[in-house]
Amino acid sequence: MRKLEENIFKILMIIASALVVGSFFLIVFTIVKKGLPAMNLDMITKTPERGFYIGKEGGILNVIIGSLYLALGSSLLALLVSLPIVIYINLYLKTGSWLGSVTRLSYDVLFGIPSIVYGAFGFTIMIYFGLKASLLGGIIAVTLLVIPIMIRTMDEVMRTVPKELLDASYTLGATRLETVKILLRQSAVGILTAILLSFGRAIGDAASVMFTAGFSDNITTSLTDPAPTLPLAIFFQLSSPIEEVQARAYASALVLTIIVLLISISARILTKRFSKNKI
Amino acid sequence: MSVSLRIIKDKIAGRTMLVLTVLSVLLAVLIGAGLYLRSAPLLESHSIWKLLFSSEWKPMKGEFGFFPYIMGTLWVTAIAILIALPLCLLCGIYIHEYAHHRIQKVIVPFVDLLSGIPPVVFGVWGVLVIVPLIADHIAPHFVEFSTGYSVLAGGIVLAIMIFPLIISILLEVFGTVPKELKDASLSLGATQWQTVKHVLLKRSLPGIIAAAVLAISRAFGETIAVLMVCGNVADVPHSIFDAGYPLPALIANNYGEMLSVPMYDSALLFSALILFVIIFLFNAVSRYVLSRIEKKYA
Repeated sequence: MRKLEENIFKILMIIASALVVGSFFLIVFTIVKKGLPAMNLDMITKTPERGFYIGKEGGILNVIIGSLYLALGSSLLALLVSLPIVIYINLYLKTGSWLGSVTRLSYDVLFGIPSIVYGAFGFTIMIYFGLKASLLGGIIAVTLLVIPIMIRTMDEVMRTVPKELLDASYTLGATRLETVKILLRQSAVGILTAILLSFGRAIGDAASVMFTAGFSDNITTSLTDPAPTLPLAIFFQLSSPIEEVQARAYASALVLTIIVLLISISARILTKRFSKNKI
Repeated sequence: MSVSLRIIKDKIAGRTMLVLTVLSVLLAVLIGAGLYLRSAPLLESHSIWKLLFSSEWKPMKGEFGFFPYIMGTLWVTAIAILIALPLCLLCGIYIHEYAHHRIQKVIVPFVDLLSGIPPVVFGVWGVLVIVPLIADHIAPHFVEFSTGYSVLAGGIVLAIMIFPLIISILLEVFGTVPKELKDASLSLGATQWQTVKHVLLKRSLPGIIAAAVLAISRAFGETIAVLMVCGNVADVPHSIFDAGYPLPALIANNYGEMLSVPMYDSALLFSALILFVIIFLFNAVSRYVLSRIEKKYA
């Protein structure tokens, strides 16, 4: 009887694990299978031409560039805001300090706030300042979205930096500000991983840029231009009744999936390879 | 002189970072306050009871009943968690207790990769695979007709989206259960599954609940994927094959366009406020529980 129960659950567990891992492969397989036939060089080298939305010539270069600008801009901005905060809670505050725990908890909570809320909030800020839907507006909303990811990822790595190293620096007479260098060098990989993860999240998120970044058929050239983004392009193309346009949604989804998977995989490799060489 | 200058620099940097840290912690408060202020006009002219439990949604006449949208959200979230939690528990236990080291090394990276896939891609996949599957193969056994765009489709897609979140938290929680306890159980002659059932699961129950609550709040706020597969019909769903119209989809579909209608803007920001408040509370409680668990056994 015990043996039977043991075996039944073991089989269930294997099935469940196969379903979880299998869902990943099924998603990637479906996107590749539907996206590949619709893929061509024009898709990624041209902007939409006349009649693009009824299935005629053109590509999604404007969208790819808009997404890259947006993701790059917000990741860098988020890094500028996050770095001082993680340095502060890891170097200036004593371990177990009240402010440190509150900060960590609040970023855990902010991490869970959905992107649509950041989008709506970003939009109200934009109205307040009289901003129109633009690259800048999108960057603001997405920066808010990725700051928690950035802080959590960097904090996790910085917490593991051996205290002895920092103490050694203090013993030599360095101030905390000067010891920052050691902390940064020890957690460089973590910082890079954090940037990659934020970039991946930023480039894939649709709900936060829906009202804030706008959309256009032209390549974004300034911060006040609307920035068309990949997820929104996929969403719009898929809701079209025309088959050629839907096929473009699959191809665009393929482009986005490839970008995001490349980012996730490099983040993994990075963490694996370099965490070994740390002291 | 140079020494004191260095110390002054250090102090100034410290203060600046302190201010930045405190300000950033206030971001959550700022978001809540901002959304509240913008939805205040609606709250002043309508009773909150009526807003939450009325099904009358006629923005042109100034009637805003969120009940169908709230029910849409609840249906989708409930389906997602009912599918995801048992699967993730089994998968988590397998990874943590049963799987060979080499198999662990294969499964865990794929769970990570799954978490990186953008919501819109899940949506496309849902439209391509889940919606036709429901319309052609599942629904005909139960109801006469379904387009496939339903709360079930939303629930299935969401379930897959929250797999990585649940599994990663479960693995962390399982990791805090002392090995000695499990060894004690095994040495008394319990089978591995009995040990899992009576020791591992019992010990990690608070953590499992916290993981489920976090997953619920993630499912609650997910927008674009749900928007693509749920059908967006503003009626209270009565079966899993009915279309639904969750709150985030309501915001996404209408915000930014309908601002000329009086109160519409307030109404949409009020739905964002509902999402924010619920998710904030859920997250705060479960993260607090998780950090306590971590501290206790670290």
